[in-house]
Amino acid sequence: MNTVFKSSVPGREGIWPAKPEKSAADLLPGALLRGGATNLPSLSELDVVRHFTNLSRQNYGVDGNFYPLGSCTMKYNPKFAETAAALPGFTRLHPVLPQLKGAGRLCQGALEVLYETERLLCEICGMKAFTLQPMAGAHGELTGVMIIAAYHRDKGNKKTKIIVPDSAHGTNPASAHIAGFDVVNLTTRDGIIEPDELAKVLDDDVAGMMMTCPNTLGLFERNLPKIVEMLRSVDALLYYDGANLNAIMGKMRVGDVGFDVVHLNLHKTFATPHGGGGPGAGPVGVSERLAPYLPISRVEKLEDGQFFLNYDYPKSIGYIAPFYGNFGVVLKAYAYILRLGGAGLSRATECAVLAANYLRKRLDKVLEVPFNRTCMHEFVASACNMSDCHVRALDIAKALLDRGYHAPTIYFPLIVKEALMFEPTETESLETLDTFADDLIDILKEAEKDPEALTGAPRTLPVTRLDETRAARNMELTDDL
Amino acid sequence: MPYVPHTPEDIRRMLEVIGAPSVESLFAEIGPELRPKSFNLPKGESEMDVLAHMEELAEKNVRASMSFLGAGFYDHHIPSAVDALSMRSEFYTAYTPYQPEASQGSLQAIFEYQTAVTRLTGLPYANASVYDGGTALFEAAMMAVRHTGRRKLVVCEAVSPIYRVMLNTYTTNLHLTLVTVPHKKGACDLAALAAAIDAETAAVIVQNPNFFGTVADFTALFDATRAAGAVSIVSVYPVLQAVLKTPAEMGADIATAEGQSLGLPLSFGGPYLGVMTCSKELIRQMPGRIVGRTVDTQGRTGYVLTLQAREQHIRRQRATSNICSNQALCALRALLYLCLVGQEGLTRTANLCLERAHYAAERLTAIPGVELLSGCAPFGNEFAVTLPVNAYQVIDKLTGRGVVPGFPLGRYYAGLENALLVACTEKTSMESIGIFAEMLRGCLK
Repeated sequence: MNTVFKSSVPGREGIWPAKPEKSAADLLPGALLRGGATNLPSLSELDVVRHFTNLSRQNYGVDGNFYPLGSCTMKYNPKFAETAAALPGFTRLHPVLPQLKGAGRLCQGALEVLYETERLLCEICGMKAFTLQPMAGAHGELTGVMIIAAYHRDKGNKKTKIIVPDSAHGTNPASAHIAGFDVVNLTTRDGIIEPDELAKVLDDDVAGMMMTCPNTLGLFERNLPKIVEMLRSVDALLYYDGANLNAIMGKMRVGDVGFDVVHLNLHKTFATPHGGGGPGAGPVGVSERLAPYLPISRVEKLEDGQFFLNYDYPKSIGYIAPFYGNFGVVLKAYAYILRLGGAGLSRATECAVLAANYLRKRLDKVLEVPFNRTCMHEFVASACNMSDCHVRALDIAKALLDRGYHAPTIYFPLIVKEALMFEPTETESLETLDTFADDLIDILKEAEKDPEALTGAPRTLPVTRLDETRAARNMELTDDL
Repeated sequence: MPYVPHTPEDIRRMLEVIGAPSVESLFAEIGPELRPKSFNLPKGESEMDVLAHMEELAEKNVRASMSFLGAGFYDHHIPSAVDALSMRSEFYTAYTPYQPEASQGSLQAIFEYQTAVTRLTGLPYANASVYDGGTALFEAAMMAVRHTGRRKLVVCEAVSPIYRVMLNTYTTNLHLTLVTVPHKKGACDLAALAAAIDAETAAVIVQNPNFFGTVADFTALFDATRAAGAVSIVSVYPVLQAVLKTPAEMGADIATAEGQSLGLPLSFGGPYLGVMTCSKELIRQMPGRIVGRTVDTQGRTGYVLTLQAREQHIRRQRATSNICSNQALCALRALLYLCLVGQEGLTRTANLCLERAHYAAERLTAIPGVELLSGCAPFGNEFAVTLPVNAYQVIDKLTGRGVVPGFPLGRYYAGLENALLVACTEKTSMESIGIFAEMLRGCLK
């Protein structure tokens, strides 16, 4: 499809406001004015509507396609949450209102949403306090690690290192680094963290460890109690990467078992849409000893039931967002939690784990499953067994696209060769799982007969495989280059 | 259970295939000592009841009859088609376009967004966006630090204090020096900024219009910055870019923006949009997602995420940033907004904002004791006035009567307790400006 700029016809009227009587040239010195035109397009509303409607048809999304993208929890996004977040009483609220003396009374409903959501997340995770400010999972990680840094600085601890297991998401080491720490890699064995491996890298310089549990292989970290004990012995804090929280709701609370910091991905576990890559939300919960370091402001409730923002936390790490986080996303997660309730959240976890194990059993005869035991909400298979017919994980992924499925996550985690990471989620029916498994089995059979059928996939989509090397070399990053 | 389709019979069949006696047995690795101490959450409710509760909360937010609150976040008209198109589920229920063949819609939209924002700032390259304007400014500063290998940032005090407190937080653990150059009655002190640049300076950071609404030409400052081997960074208000001198025309290296005013509701602080554009020299320092154009195996045009060697999933701790996502749906909304209003619509919007703000300034300064803080310094859609009383007094009185008169500058600037920051957009009617002026006059009597 041509870009939207190519369809522009000079003079064609869009959604224009009334013509002003004065212009910038009347009101400002010429030296402050723009020389040339913006060259934004001139299009009718229908031109724009048709262009973007056609563009949207070139996308897979959860509503139209099973999307078993491991580690991303692509569950169904209930429509009523969109209705709730679009209420004008929320969307028109200016963010600085509650900062104006006397104007806090104009936004009590919004402050109540923030307050109640924090309370609910505290109970789900067993933490003392939450902040809703981080605007994405990685932003939550950064916030969490900055809190760890502030805690040690406050205690006078000279700690310089954060341990990150080799099975962790790539954002973990990047976040630890940006928070000023040296990253120490921890090698996992048989898919999990073993205390003797941890002992090799654990010393007094360690400020904390970032853990994903279940880990990115979908395996529960069986040595968790021992790991907690070892870290405590050197006053290191344990960080929980909540990307995989969908596996444990109602079964384990991270605060109860010894984690000091957790970030959640509201766009994963709490069903807010991924938006094609954002916006998400990455709230951070902490144990009691870390609560003083949370970002400001904090939402609090007075005895008369009024809500207000408290900025008076001298040990706080400061401001990590302009305001209170991605409020529009928080609204959807809040509505989702109220809709499901405690029993519904536990049920979501149970069925997510059930679905992942079912799919694992349906596929473990045709694909290698390196750690083939009970998994949590996702599992990692490997296409290594297909190497005889020169078929790679990438080819399987592309063949799935041709059958109308989004591909699983591929080549992650890095510790499994030719990895295919499946996360079906609790919202997909048995029929969907079965059809998907049948189709995947069929694809692999086809590959044995005719590998080229796969290496040439996809064939039915708007484009075939794209030349990524050329993209990086030519750097054609806008329509004007 | 809502949204979970499994019937008891489905569950029985699934357990049979798994070879597990019960669903609970799948959680056997979570030992009794690890089980929740409590899980005391409310019972689930029907869709109707949850929505009724949400409506009740929304109603608790009292609507002001008029508002002159801005401070970098503005209430602009959002064309209906922005909502209709961005709510197509093929866009909003997709994830990051890791499988480009199945994500050409998202990818081309981001490519078009990148194009649109570079046309606003005049700089040739853009990324797919970051969280918000404050994060964009921090990431821009880090680009400069990496590019120059220097660790000092010279920041104008008239840059939004909301951004500056974020810069403070983020740089705490990074051993960077922030040098803040005081504003001069709400205007940038260009001479003092130039004088603050030295051989250690990685970047000079300014905003246009600045937090006080004042507009400036930074050409000479950016020349001096370049001569010192430092990077010039300017944060702009994208709507006014339709009429104001562009960062490129001033010789800036990086231009960032809060993209909220481009089709995103105020929504109590987010989700917003961090716009980042830069010169060719700095593109490899750019954080976040970037989409590039290429061809498929049959020579057809297509789009992919590119320059990924900068990113965390490949570089881990050596990445340019830890940022993993962008604000894709917000970027889409900004693109839709810019396409729907188009070149003429954005220019009109910018001119309307200026016209209304200048009319408001005229009406307010006609009140005895009310003066422009920056005197005759040029301003855009927002301006600061000094009052004969503490600004909070006026805010308290007028909000009680349903009018939010503006932002109290004393909240962030000591000595400016009597100063009020007043914003207008194309939605501010001339009539409401008149009513506001009369109310203010009455309240100052």
